[in-house]
Amino acid sequence: MLRYLKEEADDKYELLFDLSAIDERLRQFRDDQPDCDFTVFYHLISLSSDRDLRLKVALDDGESVDSITSIYPVADWYEREAFDMFGVKFDGHANLRRILSPPLWQGHPLRKEHPARATEMDPYRNSPEFQKAQQDSLRFVPEEWGMSRTAEHTDFMFLNLGPNHPSVHGVFRIALQLDGEVIVQAVPDIGYHHRGQEKMAERQSWHTYIPYTDRIDYLGGVMNNLPYVMNVETMAGIQVPERAEVIRVMLCEMFRVASHLLFYGTFAQDVGQMSPVFYMFADRERLFSIVEAITGGRMHPSWFRIGGVCQDLPEGWDRMVIDFCDYMPKRLDHYENMALKNKILQRRTKGIGAYTAAEGLDWGITGPSLRATGHDWDLRKNRPYSGYDQFDFEIPTAANGDCFDRCVVRVEEIRQSLRIIRQCAENMPAGPYKADHRLTTPPPKERTMQDIETLIHHFLNVSWGPVIPPSESATIVEATKGWTSFYSISDGGTMAYRSRVRTPSFPALQQIPFISNGFMVADLIAIVASIDFVMADVDR
Amino acid sequence: MMFGFELNMSYVLIVPVVAGAMGFALALVWWERRILGFWQDRLGPNRVGPFGILQALADMIKLMFKDDWLPPFGDRFFFVLAPIVVAGSMLLAYVVVPFSPGWVIADSNIAILWFLAMSSLAVYGVLLAGLASNNKYSLLGGLRAAAQMVTYEVFMGLSLLGVVIHAGTFSLSGIVEAQAEGLWFCIPQALGLVIFFIAGLAESHRLPFDLPEAEHELTAGFHTEYSGMKFGVIMAGEYVAMILTSCLTVLLFFGGWLGTPEGWGLDWVHPIVWFGVKVAVVINFFILLRAAIPRPRYDQLMARGWKILLPLSLVNILATGAIRLATV
Repeated sequence: MLRYLKEEADDKYELLFDLSAIDERLRQFRDDQPDCDFTVFYHLISLSSDRDLRLKVALDDGESVDSITSIYPVADWYEREAFDMFGVKFDGHANLRRILSPPLWQGHPLRKEHPARATEMDPYRNSPEFQKAQQDSLRFVPEEWGMSRTAEHTDFMFLNLGPNHPSVHGVFRIALQLDGEVIVQAVPDIGYHHRGQEKMAERQSWHTYIPYTDRIDYLGGVMNNLPYVMNVETMAGIQVPERAEVIRVMLCEMFRVASHLLFYGTFAQDVGQMSPVFYMFADRERLFSIVEAITGGRMHPSWFRIGGVCQDLPEGWDRMVIDFCDYMPKRLDHYENMALKNKILQRRTKGIGAYTAAEGLDWGITGPSLRATGHDWDLRKNRPYSGYDQFDFEIPTAANGDCFDRCVVRVEEIRQSLRIIRQCAENMPAGPYKADHRLTTPPPKERTMQDIETLIHHFLNVSWGPVIPPSESATIVEATKGWTSFYSISDGGTMAYRSRVRTPSFPALQQIPFISNGFMVADLIAIVASIDFVMADVDR
Repeated sequence: MMFGFELNMSYVLIVPVVAGAMGFALALVWWERRILGFWQDRLGPNRVGPFGILQALADMIKLMFKDDWLPPFGDRFFFVLAPIVVAGSMLLAYVVVPFSPGWVIADSNIAILWFLAMSSLAVYGVLLAGLASNNKYSLLGGLRAAAQMVTYEVFMGLSLLGVVIHAGTFSLSGIVEAQAEGLWFCIPQALGLVIFFIAGLAESHRLPFDLPEAEHELTAGFHTEYSGMKFGVIMAGEYVAMILTSCLTVLLFFGGWLGTPEGWGLDWVHPIVWFGVKVAVVINFFILLRAAIPRPRYDQLMARGWKILLPLSLVNILATGAIRLATV
């Protein structure tokens, strides 16, 4: 069925966007869905005909489903994740091990019977035997990673890059099989930054989960709030006022600029250029001072609300924004001379880690990295949300899909984002900054002392949070590093029944072996730098 | 007399030269961090003492009192020996450096050969450090160092031959005096200067050529396992090497202690001042390169060395020799 959809159907579904499972055992509202314990869902997207398809497979506890790794290579890690989190087995998967939790973890965290808080568990004890078992399980055995120790005339060297290494941008580990300095095989290992974002979503009210979203892609700030609040708004049927939409777009683009600036600096730094990162951090600091003036926060303002934003814009905000838009393009020209036009940098990054658009889609690559291969899909243009269709901007693309192009595309995106920010500042509509809807705005405080109904509604809305009607919804946005989506299920409660976060960094890391085998260690560093990921976005 | 050395100044100079080289190396650490900070839009160390100048001292005290750790999995003897070789060989090279007329420990007639021998010896230190640490990053760093040094050693020697042909001597004092008569050798030997400077960068493994360390690839390369004073000695050795390369550049190509021509009214300036100013300029150029240039890939660096710089330095020798023969 899936093979048909990918290769033969009229609308070819090139991209397996998401794959995970749902524990259905405690769910009450599930009309017209077959009775089952677990649901495995596949979210497919056809870019050629702009269609989405969500396939669901009903499973009883202990049943397994066929692996689809031979059709969509990207399914490998997603299936491992579903196994790790739910215990769902995939027949035919070559390497169905845990991916996010430690190898000796007891239970499957996203099952409903698994405790969500330490207070629900017995006190933690670490017996000497268990400690030894844990240490033994972490011992590096090349064969377990699918590597051989020797080949004809060669003994391979195994190098453990990370989890603490200056160039892996967080706690990310790559086990390398080396022949001299040439990479025979690279196997990424993730999970060191796993915090259980999806489990936490099941224990936080719809409203109090917003700050957690900021920390998913921690360089993206409010950009992560956006898909979450938009998704909840869809489920609750809330119409966001125009001013709130434009404020959201402006702040999101600011964070896109901030994130890309950091990428630009660290990219140059990882190929050995020392200075650019300092200039870019200084510029990012200017941007954060604007964000701080508007929101009061810097990297994680948690400033979007269901139905709008937290507060109205402060006085004098537009002057600051316009000043920045005037200042930044000149700096970008300067950086281009310093970094991108540097011959050594070009030699280090051109032709390194290249893939085609089709290969990128096979591996679930989205966003700027996909556009570097020449594919011009941008959700802001192709499926405008939050009023992006009102703005005048272009979608930069490149042709080769190598490390250098990935950087070029992002630099051009900074310029386009600055255009959008300027348009926001010049055309900010008047009006309310938050929707007047009972699920998002509690009744006015002054009136609570007048009648009991208002008091009750105020009290419930503030103490429990809104009750979102039973429904399912998924929202995708063009985040800083690719497509971020929230897929939430409400079972008519004050908290999500299931909240799936799909992030762009997760599949990007899975692709590393595919684009780096055969290159040198120094090239791997350039490839890792060009991917633009943060581990919080990978492990969630 | 012994080993071809001619002792024209007493051994008294040894202590000030060693102390001076180490002291300048320390001050240079601070200066580099400050000037990099200035270029990179930040402050750099500015808290300890006036302008933060005591930062170097504080760092040294910290390094001295750190736990002197020896990796239990490494080779203890060579692990300890390696930093001594790195710093020792570089300090020994100062024996032949004339700071101003007569200010030299041993004015040898084979000074250039001595310098080349000592800088080759330093490679052993790096290599030993990489091997004795028994760490894979160190091993890769050590291997890179060996390959890089062998490559750049070759045409560092060749690039100097042009100067030797011009001056007709291997003695550094002699080379400086030869420049007093005509142009400084940076003009007729411009090609030799560029090649020597690149090789010198590679020898002192400073940023564009810091592949043996390559922080972003090999964490700290050959000295990953080093800490405390042993790390301090390696680092001091690198800065000593940088000062040494600057001194050599000035002596060979920029007229050493020679000042402005007579009649400019600057004859009262002591030669050591001229020497110091020139060395300072070269050192700052070193630092500027570090701030500006990314690191090439290891194999690209090697290819560049063998395919471009080596033929160029050979051409340089041939051309210089031909001109010399034609004019004499």
